[in-house]
Amino acid sequence: MDEIKFEKDDFEFAHDSNDKLIDKTYSNSSYMKDVMTHFLKNKGALFGAIVIVIIILLAIFGPYFNSHTYKSMTIEHASLTPRIPIVENLGIFNGEIKRTNREGEVIVTNQYLDKGLEDVYYWFGTDTQGRDIFTRVFEGTRISLIIAFTAVIIDIFIGMFYGVISGYFGGKVDMVMQRFAEVLNGIPTLVLVTLLSLLLPPGIWSIIFALMITGWIGMNRIARAQVLKIKEQEFILASKTLGAKNFAIMFKDILPNIFGQVIIMSMFSIPNAIFTESFLSFIGLGIPGPMASLGSLVSEGYKSLTIYPHIIGSSIIVLALLMLSFNLFADGLRDAFDPKMKQQ
Amino acid sequence: MGKYILKRIAIACATLFVILFILFVMLEFMPGSPFNDEKLNEAQKALLYAKYGLDDPFFIRFFNYAKNMLQGDFGVSYVINKNFAVSTMIFQRLAVTIVIGIQAMVLGTIVGLILGILAALKHNTWVDTLASIISVIGVSVPSYVFALGLAYFVGFKLGWFPITYNPSNAAMSTILPTIALSLFTIANIARFTRSEMIDVLSSDYILLVKSKGIKEYKMIIKHALRNALIPIITVMGPLLVGLLTGSMVIEKIFAIPGIGSLMIAAIQGNDYNVVLSVAFVYSAMYIFTMLIIDILYGVIDPRIRVAKGE
Repeated sequence: MDEIKFEKDDFEFAHDSNDKLIDKTYSNSSYMKDVMTHFLKNKGALFGAIVIVIIILLAIFGPYFNSHTYKSMTIEHASLTPRIPIVENLGIFNGEIKRTNREGEVIVTNQYLDKGLEDVYYWFGTDTQGRDIFTRVFEGTRISLIIAFTAVIIDIFIGMFYGVISGYFGGKVDMVMQRFAEVLNGIPTLVLVTLLSLLLPPGIWSIIFALMITGWIGMNRIARAQVLKIKEQEFILASKTLGAKNFAIMFKDILPNIFGQVIIMSMFSIPNAIFTESFLSFIGLGIPGPMASLGSLVSEGYKSLTIYPHIIGSSIIVLALLMLSFNLFADGLRDAFDPKMKQQ
Repeated sequence: MGKYILKRIAIACATLFVILFILFVMLEFMPGSPFNDEKLNEAQKALLYAKYGLDDPFFIRFFNYAKNMLQGDFGVSYVINKNFAVSTMIFQRLAVTIVIGIQAMVLGTIVGLILGILAALKHNTWVDTLASIISVIGVSVPSYVFALGLAYFVGFKLGWFPITYNPSNAAMSTILPTIALSLFTIANIARFTRSEMIDVLSSDYILLVKSKGIKEYKMIIKHALRNALIPIITVMGPLLVGLLTGSMVIEKIFAIPGIGSLMIAAIQGNDYNVVLSVAFVYSAMYIFTMLIIDILYGVIDPRIRVAKGE
């Protein structure tokens, strides 16, 4: 038998450097670590998370950054354009207004200098009643966020209990409960919310209540679908065999398993709640003045859109950024926790 | 199939009835009276209440009302247009709202489909990224933000289109509102089309079509898009209704004389019958489109019939 001989160049390295390849697909890493890696890789979601944190911090501390309050009016300071120290030297945000007159000449005026307010700075300008827009925008953001979060938390509770009970008992109970939800869902949300806020005295709680009326239906659907999946599993059977009561099974065995899903989906409801609130304020059914929400600021600024666009500008940018960020963040969170639901 | 359709229709009718009841109860508790004229004394007010049947028992009023509503008799307006039939007011204004809604729907669907198909074909390239960015922005930013932006930059600064509705130049006046409204539709349709098309394009029968050497556009339109369209139908219903109700704010911004601005005017004037009727028209349109979509989808996909209980 001939001996097989190997020459020196019979084999070559598969890689130039013989590093160990890290097997990421089947590597042993904890669930939370997986989720984190997945989430951090998603640039949109990361951007969303950072913007949300910045806006929340500004909503908490922003109104105290200067000496103005959301309702302090200085009529002589009305409708000033933004002026920011240091930045003003660059030729932007220096309080100037450029206007074109009828002959087509561009006239530049500076209200701050004309009125002798050399030392006065309004970062986002002032509104038509001489109130600081910076303070009002973040005061408004705070109220919009409070409304959205409270409404969504209430939605989670109602929707989850409703969905768990409906899904767990099944049969007739399920049918009646789901038909009821379906009928309520058949009413266009904006119409229902509009009518409700007409009925209730204006204020934060009325808006939260109006948002709550239809908001829970989506949560109920998610919770129910999850319960239907889980209730056939062995650990529920084991619980039943050991003599656990229905109530205990529902809230001790099933609820902790669906909580994560519900929380993730609730992230999508927050921008929705912010939108509905701003919609109500825009048609004149929102927070009564001098309090402000993002929607009421947009609605106020809209009246002088063509003369003083800066009044509406800042609130609309914050509103758009906030909604965009929450959507990106929720998308990223869902993809990270549940890659199955990920869109390709 | 027949049973499924009957069941859907029954639910739709029940919803309609519940809506009528809810609207009626709500308006019972509304603050303010329809007769705000200070010149009226108590006796005159009582006469007016009797004339309009406002002091009949609750259920009699409700059933009279429901009967009239279903016959298209929405009563008369008390405040905005004294003694003017609400149905006439609504039908005069309905056309503008529907025209803008349909324009936005058509524009949104076409642009959305094109964007979605492009994104799917150029999967993981800059085209895909751009389309995704557009759809995320379109889905999350409210349509009135776009409306205000368009009104200021395109309408006011550039002066290309009128900012406020001009009846003598109706076609031009509807362009900006249509674009503002359609962005949400574009974004949603593009999202769905993209994910459906990616699914379909990676299936075996597309591979077969490709290996037979068929032209690309023919493959996309005849073989891929047709199959991708089925799930897209489901999002069309809610989108259409979203357009109709979303138009409320858009109508206010561009001063369009549609039913949305009528609703806002009625809310601010405590005009019971008008608020009730517009809300009813909105809800009826919503229920009707949802019914059509449900039935259509049941016809196309038998699994839905089973899932929703036949």
